[in-house]
Amino acid sequence: MRKNSWMCLALLLVIPTLLFNISCSCGKKTVISEPSLIQGADDEAARLDAENAQKEALAKEAELARRRAIEEQRLQEQLAEEEAAGRKIMAARSLFEKEDIHFEFDKSTLMPSEQEILRRKAQWLRNNTDAKVIIEGHCDERGTNEYNLALGDRRSESAKAFLVDLGIATSRLTTVSYGEERPLDPAHNEEAWAKNRRASFIVE
Amino acid sequence: MTGFPIKISWLVIVLSFCFQVGFCRAEYDYIDISNPFLRKIPIAVPFFKAISGSETELQLSGKASGLLSETLEFTGYFKILDRNAFLVNPQQAGIIAANINFQNWTAIGAELLVTGGLLTKGEIIEMELRLFDTFKGRLLVGKRYKGWINDQRKIIRRFCSEVIYYLTGDRGIFDSKIAFVSTGTGNKEIYISEFDGYNPEQFTHTKSITLSPAWSSDACWMAYTSYLNGKPDLYIKNLKEKRGTVIAKPGINITPAWFPGKFALAATLSFSGDPEIYLLTGNGKIIKRLTDRWGIDVSPVWSPDGKKMAFVSNRSGNPQIYIMDVETGRTERLTFQGHYNTTPSWSPKGNKIAYCSAESGRFNIYVMGVDGLMLGGNNNGSVQLTHNAGDNESPTWSPDGSLIAFSSTREGPSRIYIMTAYGMDQRRLFDLPGEQTNPKWSPRMFND
Repeated sequence: MRKNSWMCLALLLVIPTLLFNISCSCGKKTVISEPSLIQGADDEAARLDAENAQKEALAKEAELARRRAIEEQRLQEQLAEEEAAGRKIMAARSLFEKEDIHFEFDKSTLMPSEQEILRRKAQWLRNNTDAKVIIEGHCDERGTNEYNLALGDRRSESAKAFLVDLGIATSRLTTVSYGEERPLDPAHNEEAWAKNRRASFIVE
Repeated sequence: MTGFPIKISWLVIVLSFCFQVGFCRAEYDYIDISNPFLRKIPIAVPFFKAISGSETELQLSGKASGLLSETLEFTGYFKILDRNAFLVNPQQAGIIAANINFQNWTAIGAELLVTGGLLTKGEIIEMELRLFDTFKGRLLVGKRYKGWINDQRKIIRRFCSEVIYYLTGDRGIFDSKIAFVSTGTGNKEIYISEFDGYNPEQFTHTKSITLSPAWSSDACWMAYTSYLNGKPDLYIKNLKEKRGTVIAKPGINITPAWFPGKFALAATLSFSGDPEIYLLTGNGKIIKRLTDRWGIDVSPVWSPDGKKMAFVSNRSGNPQIYIMDVETGRTERLTFQGHYNTTPSWSPKGNKIAYCSAESGRFNIYVMGVDGLMLGGNNNGSVQLTHNAGDNESPTWSPDGSLIAFSSTREGPSRIYIMTAYGMDQRRLFDLPGEQTNPKWSPRMFND
């Protein structure tokens, strides 16, 4: 392609020269040989021009590629940033959902350590104003399942009341008591019971 | 069972051929069911006589006499004598008073004797059953029944019911059922079996958590709690027809207890933000709020006359049983022993409350006398009925007050057990897959 265009360029220069020579050949025979010299010089210039153009094109192309690469890198960095931010959001949400609060046997009062967790949850709820949350109240297997249904209700309600006190709208918080029906740890020992006496939080 | 539409009318044509027994029923000197130290009466139940001597009859004879022995033994009133000790061959001996040598029975210690004769014609069975006092040599109950062979169990139940009525003055438990919760399918569902654990059938199919069955006093309605819609709602279902209603207020809708003789029930609802007991119509409308203390109020149960309600409250800091006079609203604490007293069950005679109490981490069944309660008197103290046998919960009285069903983990997984009202003869009701909890004994069913 490039060779062809070079040839075209050369012909464009050569044909008018020839025409000019023919038109004045009758009067100036001595200069007949000259056009051939000029023609040779013209050819050289055209070749150089073409070479330059080619170089220029190549340089332009390189520049474009460079810009593209920079742009791409910028986008990728942005994406990574966004992803990291997204991960952070997800991580915050996952922590919100994973972190249960715990209770003493037959109690629905919030221990200071659990109040601390609830304060963090309130912060998350403030940062995520669209989020609606289900608070589940659970008990350990000991005792009567009927009484435990009511105890689970009290546990989820006291967690809810605490969050409402911290300014979270009641309409964003729903409670469900599962009593002793959904233990986290099915074992029958104090360690399992302590895990199972909990309120857990699910983002709707 | 047989598929015949006239099954019920066929079933058990009773021909009472002994009316002279009627006048002595007022005495009830055989079994005093209020006696806690009841002596079991030795009773002999020889194989029933195959009247035509056919192979079918001989086979049925063994089955039917065995079933009758088991059914009587279930009541806890009898000691069934070993057939190997019998001095007579039942296929040769007579089954009516004139043909019985009662000395053959008194000699082996039998005080009562049941004789039976059966005759089959195709799918139809005729059965004659008699109860004798061997010392007096007297017929006490005599009945003849006709029905389908498949209804044999019902015939035997009916006769046992007559026997118990004669001996105790009470109709007994033979027309009752037991509802309970089982995890056999992987979910908690309600099942219903006969009073003796026979023929357990799945009643709910919620594929969810389903709890706390409660029978209406006419045994036509069942109320229960289910998580069918993701939270504990109260379901009220007619046992015969496909109708009923759901109480699905915010929060918990739990622990139903039917009001005696009315289409109304008490239940705990927490839509106010706190679990309180309400009186509701059978259609789910609130008649009135019964409790108004902060904290848990749960597990209501009515006295048989409907004048009082026992329930569990943690108003004192931990779960205790309270009694409320429904008219005045006056409430008294019933239990003071221990820190965990729950699931009251009021005896059908009204004089006792069975409940579950925890002591050093173990749960056991207790019974407390409530005679004279709220009349200025205190309760009559409590008696522990289960000891050192796993955790024992959810007591429920048989309709005659003679037995208590409850759940226990004494063999590992939770199962349903039966004992007498005094804690004797503790035995497992059945062996089913999964765990069984929350038994509720039905009232007597007259419509069978």
